[in-house]
Amino acid sequence: MKEYLETYKGNILEVTFGKEDKTITLGGENTLSFHSFEGKLPHPPLIALEVWDSPPETWPEHLRARFGDVVFSPVAWAKKCLEVYRADLICLYLTSAGTEDVDVPALASRVKELSDALPVPLIVYGVGEKDADTRALKEIAGACAGDAVLLGPVVKENYEEIGRAALEYGHRVIAQSPLDINLAKELNIKLSKFFPKERIVIDPLSSALGYGMEYSFSVMERIKQVAVIYTDNMMKMPMIANVGRDCWKTKEARENAQQGILWEAITTLTLFLAGTNLAVMSSPDSMQLVRKMITQLS
Amino acid sequence: MPLKPSDIQKKLPDGGKRNCKECGFPTCLAFAMKLVSGGVSLEKCPHLDPEVKEWIIDAITPPIKLVSVGTGERMLTVGEEEVVHRHEKTFLRPPGLAVLISDIETDQAINAKLKRLDEYEFTWVTFKLRADLAVLKFESGSKERYLSVVAGVAREKRPMVLMCEELGTLFAARDLVADQKPLLYPLTNANLEEALPGLKKKVVPVAVRGQNLEEVVAVTTKLRAAGVSEIMIDTSPQNLKEALRDYTLIRRAALTHTFRPLGYPIISFLPLKAEDAAQEALLAAVLVIKYASVIVLSDLHEETLFPLLVHRLSIYTDPRVPLAVEEKVYEIGAPNEVSPVVLTTNFALTYFAVASGVEASKIPGYLGVKGTDGLCVLAAWSTGKFAGETIGPFIKNSGLEGKLKKKRLIIPGLAARIKGEIEDELPGWEVIVGPKEAEELPAFMPKLFAKWKEAEGGTCG
Ligand code: B12
Ligand code: SF4
Repeated sequence: MKEYLETYKGNILEVTFGKEDKTITLGGENTLSFHSFEGKLPHPPLIALEVWDSPPETWPEHLRARFGDVVFSPVAWAKKCLEVYRADLICLYLTSAGTEDVDVPALASRVKELSDALPVPLIVYGVGEKDADTRALKEIAGACAGDAVLLGPVVKENYEEIGRAALEYGHRVIAQSPLDINLAKELNIKLSKFFPKERIVIDPLSSALGYGMEYSFSVMERIKQVAVIYTDNMMKMPMIANVGRDCWKTKEARENAQQGILWEAITTLTLFLAGTNLAVMSSPDSMQLVRKMITQLS
Repeated sequence: MPLKPSDIQKKLPDGGKRNCKECGFPTCLAFAMKLVSGGVSLEKCPHLDPEVKEWIIDAITPPIKLVSVGTGERMLTVGEEEVVHRHEKTFLRPPGLAVLISDIETDQAINAKLKRLDEYEFTWVTFKLRADLAVLKFESGSKERYLSVVAGVAREKRPMVLMCEELGTLFAARDLVADQKPLLYPLTNANLEEALPGLKKKVVPVAVRGQNLEEVVAVTTKLRAAGVSEIMIDTSPQNLKEALRDYTLIRRAALTHTFRPLGYPIISFLPLKAEDAAQEALLAAVLVIKYASVIVLSDLHEETLFPLLVHRLSIYTDPRVPLAVEEKVYEIGAPNEVSPVVLTTNFALTYFAVASGVEASKIPGYLGVKGTDGLCVLAAWSTGKFAGETIGPFIKNSGLEGKLKKKRLIIPGLAARIKGEIEDELPGWEVIVGPKEAEELPAFMPKLFAKWKEAEGGTCG
């Protein structure tokens, strides 16, 4: 059945982040997701577990119970994710960065402390408010100089400021746009005027199962194809999906533990099939399930 | 490649210009249009050469065969998909989810499974979601036992797959329930010759099993030559990686290359290899995306089936049209002249979240659903569809003002910034910013109501 195989002219760029002795590389494939029968996928999809810089008050008890007291300390929480649950890496959500009285330098030094404490590279995600994120991420870029952290989200209103700081201190950035392939490309073009393409990760925004998945899936799938099939240089960056966050807000995940685990796992797996290279998850149980599938698929 | 009526017309007599009307249509073009949409037999035109006929038949036959299993309300119809990638258009016919029942299970166990098949029904937005069919596996070695299980399942008109390696028993079971259109499984290279005469006696859909694509092609080609056309296929993938490859190649072969021997819906038994229900659901979730049309599970579990069904709905929802409800004022409970008006958009998901929030608050209310082309609150706001300018006239024309003593409008917390605009458009209304999540309404509404009551010295409610 060789006649039905396809070859692709495009590829996804490799993005490496983390300090020298602990780096991680995303992307690099020259085929569609899990199409190992017609191309190379040198770096398997990765899963980061999330850690918040304040206790996750909004989590349902059945999710929170999987972590116990460590949720009061980002370092302890992150270590549990790595040592007990075996996450590939950690994503820190700056949940406190949006509050009025946030002490930005103190926040930045806590991030640095976390970055130093972990044997893996760090992803740092702002709150999604452009001014608060600009303030926090710029400060963090400086504090973590040389750690090659993956910082985001940068959006069309703040990509320049955060991008310049990330460049100066040697970081990678996550370019985020709301569920639209043209907006994603536009931001990549603007950003890559001064920022190396090999240091950008795309966040096309994803949503939870049942709450907009029908769009997220196709937007991601399309972005990957534009890069791999149609060789669009401005779409060749690997993708990230923040899954857990949205999933555990849903009534369906909150009302029942097992259902919630599946809610997050199915959402994540779907986005991996659509083309994401890196997923941020909340539940270690969902992560374990997804990982088994990735192993089967790889 | 969608076929145009004019392509067919060109092949009709005199280049499609004869227009003799003998087919019952005013022109050759009209006949061609009907042929393409599938409502008429080619035989109606008496002036066609056999070669031309063959060309047209091939051209108008969809590249993936439509197959149905079962009859009546619960019938499952799959196939006739039109795209390889969902974003090219949409996926059309959601795969059937099946539960495996073996005749060595006890009657009690079998009945429990059937009960779950019949009774697990989930409501999601406007949809009722459920699993679809039963696969009956012959393992007991006793024909009698198998037939009695088949008869039991047939009673409720559940669509079924008869899964039996012994042809005599398979055909006996088919004869028992042939009027309910069961799917026969498996037809293989090894049993095909022997099976053909029996197959032709009573035609029902069949499923081919091969160890790989080549073997499947060999069997479907012979079946088609023998005049059997309602076929599904199974390439026996051993793991998810193999399934992804096989099913992708099948979909491509059928749609991109119009390779008919693979132009059939896929039946997949892969989830049966899972270690537990959660993994089974995840395997199935991948197959929903990756082209399976029947997915066989070992059992149904409420907590894993529901997410899987919502997933199936998401993947088979047309991404070009958001699910929407009608723009109007809905009444929740029995609202009266002192009830509040709650405002939201007409995205189906938004509407249902808010409607159930108001309902749970136990405060009767009017739910004003502004038409926003099916967009959620924020998307509607950012495209100007949920703004003072449009909300003002909607409320004014709704007749609400005549029904209310106190004009009070609660708006979504996420739309707090349009409070001022609405007040400008709706003089005499008090606009209250509600919570951000509809879930918070049951806590929010009674408090608000109590406050109003107090302010009015207990005259309201
Ligand atoms: C899926 C999605 C889409 C889908 C469409 C979904 C739809 N039918 O609306 C698509 C891909 C088409 C889309 C398009 C756009 N989108 Co959009 N989209 C989303 C996404 C991911 C989820 C939205 C969703 O499904 N929410 C679920 C529903 C149920 O939420 P909801 O309507 O807000 O209702 C809740 C509450 O508001 C509350 N509530 C509702 N009514 C009421 C009433 C009262 C009284 C109360 C108390 C509470 C209440 O209850 C509900 C449940 O709690 C969000 C991001 C996100 N994660 O939220 C972005 C988002 C909404 N989109 C956004 C944008 C900008 C757009 C576009 C304009 C941009 C573009 N990409 O072109 C287009 C516009 C659409 C168009 N016409 O082209 C932005 C909006 C930014 C803003 N205004 O702040 C968002 C927030 C993404 C972002 N972070 O930038 N989008
Ligand atoms: S019968 Fe044939 S030739 Fe006559 S109008 Fe119909 S299609 Fe044309």
